[in-house]
Amino acid sequence: MKKLTQKIKGLKKTTKVDFATYLGVVLAFAAVTLLGRLGLLNRFLTGMLVPICAYIVMAVSLNLTVGILGELSLGHAGFMSVGAFSGVIAAQSLQASIPSAPVRLAVAILVGAVFASAAGFIVGVPVLRLRGDYLAIVTLAFGEIIKELINCLLVGYDSRGLHMAFNINGSLTISDLGLEPEGIAIIKGAQGATGTTTIATFTAGFILIMITLVIVLNLVRSRAGRAIMALRDNRIAAESVGVNVTKYKLMAFVTSAALAGAAGALYGLNYSNLAASKFSFDTSILVLVYVVLGGLGNMWGSIVAAAVLYILPEALREFADYRMLVYAVVLILVMLATNNDQLKALAGRILPKRKGAADNG
Amino acid sequence: MKKKNLVAMLMAGAMCLGLLAGCTSPGGAPASGEPSQGTQGSQPGQNDNQGGQTTGTAGGTFKLGGIGPLTGENAIYGKAAMNGAQIAVDEINALGGAIRFELQAEDDQADPELGLNAYHKLLDDGAQIIVGSVTSGSGIAVSAETYKDRVFTLTPSGSSVDVISGKDNVFQVCFTDPNQGTGSADYIAENLSGAKVAVIYRNDDAYSQGIRDTFVAEAGAKGISIVYQGTFTKDTQTDFSVQLAGAQNAGADVLFLPIYYQPASVILAQAAAMNYAPTFFGVDGMDGILGMDGFDTKLAEGVMLLTPFSADAEDERTQGFVKKYKELHGEIPNQFAADGYDAVYVIYEAIQAAGCTADMSAADICEALVKSMTAISVDGLTGQGMTWQPTGEVSKAPMAVVIKDGVYVTP
Amino acid sequence: MEFLSYLISGISLGSVYAIIALGYTMVYGIAKMLNFAHGDVIMVGGYVSFCAVSYLGLPGWLSVVLAMAVCTALGVVIEGLAYKPLRQATSLAVLITAIGVSYFLQNAAQLIWGASPKGYTPLIPTTNAQGEPNTLRLFGGQLSISYISLFTMGACIVIMVLLTFFTGRTKLGKAMRACSEDKGAAQLMGINVNATISLTFAIGSALAAVAGGLLCSFTTSLMPTTGSMPGIKAFTAAVFGGIGSIPGAFLGGILLGVIESLAKAYISTQLANAILFAVLIIVLLVKPSGLLGRYVPEKV
Repeated sequence: MKKLTQKIKGLKKTTKVDFATYLGVVLAFAAVTLLGRLGLLNRFLTGMLVPICAYIVMAVSLNLTVGILGELSLGHAGFMSVGAFSGVIAAQSLQASIPSAPVRLAVAILVGAVFASAAGFIVGVPVLRLRGDYLAIVTLAFGEIIKELINCLLVGYDSRGLHMAFNINGSLTISDLGLEPEGIAIIKGAQGATGTTTIATFTAGFILIMITLVIVLNLVRSRAGRAIMALRDNRIAAESVGVNVTKYKLMAFVTSAALAGAAGALYGLNYSNLAASKFSFDTSILVLVYVVLGGLGNMWGSIVAAAVLYILPEALREFADYRMLVYAVVLILVMLATNNDQLKALAGRILPKRKGAADNG
Repeated sequence: MKKKNLVAMLMAGAMCLGLLAGCTSPGGAPASGEPSQGTQGSQPGQNDNQGGQTTGTAGGTFKLGGIGPLTGENAIYGKAAMNGAQIAVDEINALGGAIRFELQAEDDQADPELGLNAYHKLLDDGAQIIVGSVTSGSGIAVSAETYKDRVFTLTPSGSSVDVISGKDNVFQVCFTDPNQGTGSADYIAENLSGAKVAVIYRNDDAYSQGIRDTFVAEAGAKGISIVYQGTFTKDTQTDFSVQLAGAQNAGADVLFLPIYYQPASVILAQAAAMNYAPTFFGVDGMDGILGMDGFDTKLAEGVMLLTPFSADAEDERTQGFVKKYKELHGEIPNQFAADGYDAVYVIYEAIQAAGCTADMSAADICEALVKSMTAISVDGLTGQGMTWQPTGEVSKAPMAVVIKDGVYVTP
Repeated sequence: MEFLSYLISGISLGSVYAIIALGYTMVYGIAKMLNFAHGDVIMVGGYVSFCAVSYLGLPGWLSVVLAMAVCTALGVVIEGLAYKPLRQATSLAVLITAIGVSYFLQNAAQLIWGASPKGYTPLIPTTNAQGEPNTLRLFGGQLSISYISLFTMGACIVIMVLLTFFTGRTKLGKAMRACSEDKGAAQLMGINVNATISLTFAIGSALAAVAGGLLCSFTTSLMPTTGSMPGIKAFTAAVFGGIGSIPGAFLGGILLGVIESLAKAYISTQLANAILFAVLIIVLLVKPSGLLGRYVPEKV
């Protein structure tokens, strides 16, 4: 570690932070894998690794929207939902054509990302017109719409290919798809995707985190990233020096959505049952909490916050019925404590100008 | 600089958690810290965690792991089932026999993700048999894992077929959803022939949708005319005036409600306000409506339902259970409580039949119980002479009741 | 006639949303924060009213008065403990705190009152002593409107008029408007900003208690999560009408109720919410600051 620091001493501070972030993730992965091999991790922790990876990717991608682009999104779980279900459909229907599980997982994650980015593009258009709380409500609305649409979706697969139906007036069932006897029902409306072959692994989660970091950090440090941050800090000033608002806002938003979709596919393929109701407003809020507590624009902060806050309610299981109450109290106290220190620095703005942009954002 | 403070806090938090996690597992079960933990899951069915087991179950007590929603909007089901199971555990332990139980209930908020977390925690704490999950959604995910790990699983109320399908070690205490759907359709075809039926179901709920799917299929086969199907979701379960008007305008005289009693109570009240009085027909989720605090039971007059459990049943066992439950928890037990109670007794009977001892590994217990489950017959609160198919499905007769003067009577 | 009855049920549902949205919009207007715990204050109001009726045997109206008192106190306490220390923080930090408060209230309610739903006796019973529905019949019985719907609509209009009068004519109301325009300038004019914000929370919470009583009269049942979805919908209504505007919240609430009811009746019961939110998105695209919201040009 010391050696490495010396080597990169000549580099810019942001680059150092970025390398430290990559290094931290790699070290954490190596440590966890090693501990797992040695049998020092209990099942409880092992079982949480994949969802933690998925939530880390979610948090980093939401941070791109909230921290870097500076727009509040309350529907990030909607993109995760699109990615999860399209990923599950892809993985389930490609079972025969791609026998190798890791390859299938990669394809599913890619499919999830593509579909989610398409959704991101559709939602991204209003992003150009709306600001602040009005945009927040549009993203919230999008999340709710996605949830209800998937609740009406029936998807099955057989030798003739994919079959889909949309149960708009509540009178169709999975049998209306007319599947062949050996066909499989992939999504059964509200019952969601059941019987999914679980192929997500911790290693895949780690690789996805690394890819996410490479994409997000490179975007942020690039010319495009500086343009995006300029839009966040002062749109009018940025526009007046010729920054293309439409292009850069959409770029950030769609990238964020695509990564959320990839996280969704990873998440969806970790459980043999997945219902649309999982990706509700509450899940969006949960990820937003990770981002805010980790620090806006601070990617490694998001990673740490997601991991810690995911484990927190699980570690509070000892409190039994009081678990969520304690979690709520901890959340409020942490918010009060962190903001006490930053009182003056972050004076009343909807999103703070990043004082620390030079060293972090 | 400010960032450093935040970072420091997070780090400190992480360390505290690490400590917490570190303390809790060894405290909960001596087994969890042992090297055996690293190898589990890799070879299902092998006795590789024998070392862990002997320590975890010293004293001849079987450790049951309960999974169900104990917080959140579905907490009512999970809490009832776990309270019921705890009563059965206490009763069995009070017998002073060779078989003793210890129940550890973990919260899953009816979410597959948290269900698996709860399951892994239970295994770490030395659970040998899983009682759960209480809800289908979480149950499907958990049973897929217990199948891989070879841990015997009995779900009190996870009624979806997907919970048991293709898993030889997963059994149900409750009816499957299709069972209830066909049962209801058959009953209506026989006893309310010529009825025009309307269905109002919850579209974003697996239980409700599952029953409705098979009800519609069976109704088609039996020639029942379904004149209206209305849906609602969790977010719109406050106002049913449109669906009720739809059913009324379609001329429906039977309203089939494959939903839980909370929205059903709203439907009953709003139908009364519209002066619409069809025959309301519910399934086991409807049970509990009479025990709802502050509910005007006059509204439920004439409601028919298929339910395996009735808190008003005259038999001594039900009476004893209801009395005990009321003493401990201050409310009338619903069918989830009865399912939880029965689940523990079923495991008790199966263990007796299989002759398992508490020092066997979870996988060995699983193999033995899978064999004995299909051989036993259990009398419980939710059915007499319950037997099980190798598929995991229970055979018991649903009981049709009608509500008269605030109590269930057989029609 | 069918259409009219759907319309009326939509308006009465919308009236409940409107009352909640009024509380939302007032708090937003002055504190510039999205108070996600507002929906849970409604739930607490419902439970207090339920307890007063079921355990103390109080009449319905008195139980709502009691609920208003409790919720007012609760609102002021929440504001003082959780939001006041964050006055200078980012609105996102306050948002997360509000979410924490929301979780806290829901879980505390579950621990106090249990997870099982409670049956709420409507403020005006659904049926009278003879078992007849308590409804107003028009056009020879073709159209029936329940008294509770009429009462809700009436209450909503009265509250809106009172609030408009209060903010427009009284000294405290003017102080509120001044604070929402410019806190610093208001302070210079001798207005106690903190006290004004607390007052706003008190009024908003009292409104939430009224909304709790009315909402539960419609749904006739009460759970710890009862308030969350109406809370989100009321937030939507407030944005729909232009957040910060009192007539906007009223209009937004009513429109939301009507769209929901008509979408259920004529398009799809299960996509009602999706349609509602789709309409919202379209409206916001055409009018980015809501129906009655002011467009504030950006200054460089």
